[in-house]
Amino acid sequence: MKRAAQKKLHETLISGPSFIWLLIFFIIPTMIVFAIAFKPATPFGGIGDGWTLHTLMDLRNPNYPAIIGRTIWLSVVSTAICLLLAVPCGYCIARAPKRSREVLLLLVIIPFWTNFLIRIFAWKVLLHPEGMLKQALVFLHLCSPDATLLYNPVTVLLVIIYTYLPFAILPVYAAAEKFDYSLIEAARDLGASQLRAFTRIFLPGISRGVWTAVLMVFIPALGSYVIPDIVGGPGSEMIGNKIAQRTFVDRNLPHASALAALLTLAVMVPLMITLVHHYRQAPVAHKKGKGAAQ
Amino acid sequence: MTDFLVFEGVSKSYGDIRAVDSVSFSINKGEIFSLLGPSGCGKTTLLRCCAGFEDPDAGRIILDGRDITGLPPHERKVNTVFQNYALFPHLTIRDNIAFGPRMARWTKGEIDKEVARMLELIQMEDYADRKVTEISGGQKQRVAIARALINRPQVLLLDEPLAALDLKLRQRMLVELDAIHDEVGITFVYVTHDQSEAMGISDRIAAMNRGHIEQIGKPAEIYEAPRSSFVAAFIGDTNFFDGSVTDVMDGPYCRLKIEGFPDVLAWNDKGVQTGNAVHLSLRPEKFNISREQPDVLPNRNVVQGVVEDIIYLGSHTKYWVRVEDYRLGVHQQHSRYLLDTRPITWGEKVYLSWFADDSCMLERYKAEDENLLVLPDTEETEPVEA
Repeated sequence: MKRAAQKKLHETLISGPSFIWLLIFFIIPTMIVFAIAFKPATPFGGIGDGWTLHTLMDLRNPNYPAIIGRTIWLSVVSTAICLLLAVPCGYCIARAPKRSREVLLLLVIIPFWTNFLIRIFAWKVLLHPEGMLKQALVFLHLCSPDATLLYNPVTVLLVIIYTYLPFAILPVYAAAEKFDYSLIEAARDLGASQLRAFTRIFLPGISRGVWTAVLMVFIPALGSYVIPDIVGGPGSEMIGNKIAQRTFVDRNLPHASALAALLTLAVMVPLMITLVHHYRQAPVAHKKGKGAAQ
Repeated sequence: MTDFLVFEGVSKSYGDIRAVDSVSFSINKGEIFSLLGPSGCGKTTLLRCCAGFEDPDAGRIILDGRDITGLPPHERKVNTVFQNYALFPHLTIRDNIAFGPRMARWTKGEIDKEVARMLELIQMEDYADRKVTEISGGQKQRVAIARALINRPQVLLLDEPLAALDLKLRQRMLVELDAIHDEVGITFVYVTHDQSEAMGISDRIAAMNRGHIEQIGKPAEIYEAPRSSFVAAFIGDTNFFDGSVTDVMDGPYCRLKIEGFPDVLAWNDKGVQTGNAVHLSLRPEKFNISREQPDVLPNRNVVQGVVEDIIYLGSHTKYWVRVEDYRLGVHQQHSRYLLDTRPITWGEKVYLSWFADDSCMLERYKAEDENLLVLPDTEETEPVEA
């Protein structure tokens, strides 16, 4: 048993630094944000003394339901479309011959070499009434000359999908690459059509990759701030924009904190429930996971 | 019923490599038919053509009178047991077995009944709700068989089904597989590179080499009367002789002159004439090895040699005996209690005798096939592929 104790010490030592990092730069700041939500605001942009529920009451702003609704539908739809594109992409890359696989992966990763903000501004240039894409579409009679492609929620959706698609393709590819394709043959052999072999065997087989892709797209999409700010108009505001507005324009930090806390909880709670449910269903995976976490 | 599953001139190439070259044969209903050969001989390609995973470049595959060549896998009444089992890891044993019936949209009651029957057949009722990752290799093997059999295929294809198991388990599974075959009576097509597996389970064997079938026959026919040097060397051990006919006797015998070896008498089943070149295969267990000179009989060959190597294996001993230019492999069964006798040792002069009836003339001979023979000096330098 001495060896087991030693192994545990090793694991603690190895995971220690990253745990401390997370504690200082993630857990404690999040707790501070949660705490500030219960503080009163001062007229000069500071944080007042004492504790209050007043800020939380202020969240019943009549403008919020529409913004929250828009945030959710934009995130859900962008996640869904990213998945619809990522699964076939991931599959094709995983099944491609080794050399073209490397090229295809490179193509997925290349956008990361350009700064995020510059890429968003590039979209602004493309979609601008005088922009190349707009002109091309008009030339092809695919859109009327006076249609506006910028500053509406669909533009925001388009750019969110563009931005987060690689984050969906990579985990799906990683799972599809490890998938045992003789299982597809087995399913076909047992009477499954191509479509059913895909839905009944392939999709469950890469479910880990798919769930990772969902998280990698949905969570950042929910917190989008720069994208709606640059390519969205006043009618495309998301919660992220409201938090920024409360912080920088209204200088009401408690209110911004309350909104941020709401967003965090909205992500964390369902995630925790899913994780607990998942581990209950898969005791083997749970054991493995526990061993690694200790 | 004969000609139940027929391959007619089936060919398949991968790039420049002709994996299967115009192969024709037919399989009878209800038999266990083995495709036996070294890796790369085309046996798995033939199986995959039959399952529908590969399209042959030429030729037809006919099952029960119906051409199935172009059909997709899910429309063939054929199921496969895969080498790595290919069980679905996200499903339980029960759901794995029920997969085929669910695809075929059987009623729930029917599925439950048949799955229970299959679990009983493979004696795994207690494991029905376990995950695939929680059972052993032998159990996975049985589940893979049940998952295929439940669909009541006309033919069950088995692709090296025992390759992933250890030796003891392999022998037990072979017996079980035979028992399952007796119970369900479905035609089995069994692909293997292991000659003892094929000999043990098959009604008939097709010995394959380089995309061709070299010989089809019952296990004993393949072993005792190999048609080519490949079959003789791949299935069991043998000794090859190169000679020419000097005299055709009245009986079914002929006398051979062999370079670097005493003249021998051989069974002439191929009707050779004086002057013909002949290749002879003589199995190691056909020899009798002794210190004393054996009695002279009209059809008995007797030669003298020196023992060079001995491997004692309990039930029998393998000797390598130098006779002039030849180094012969000899297997001697120990039917008597061994400790009371003085065993033959290294360097001893011995008599080897065998009956002319026990040798076999080869129709086709290739010197390179002699490389398939496992001799101790090759064993020491490079391990021979299993």
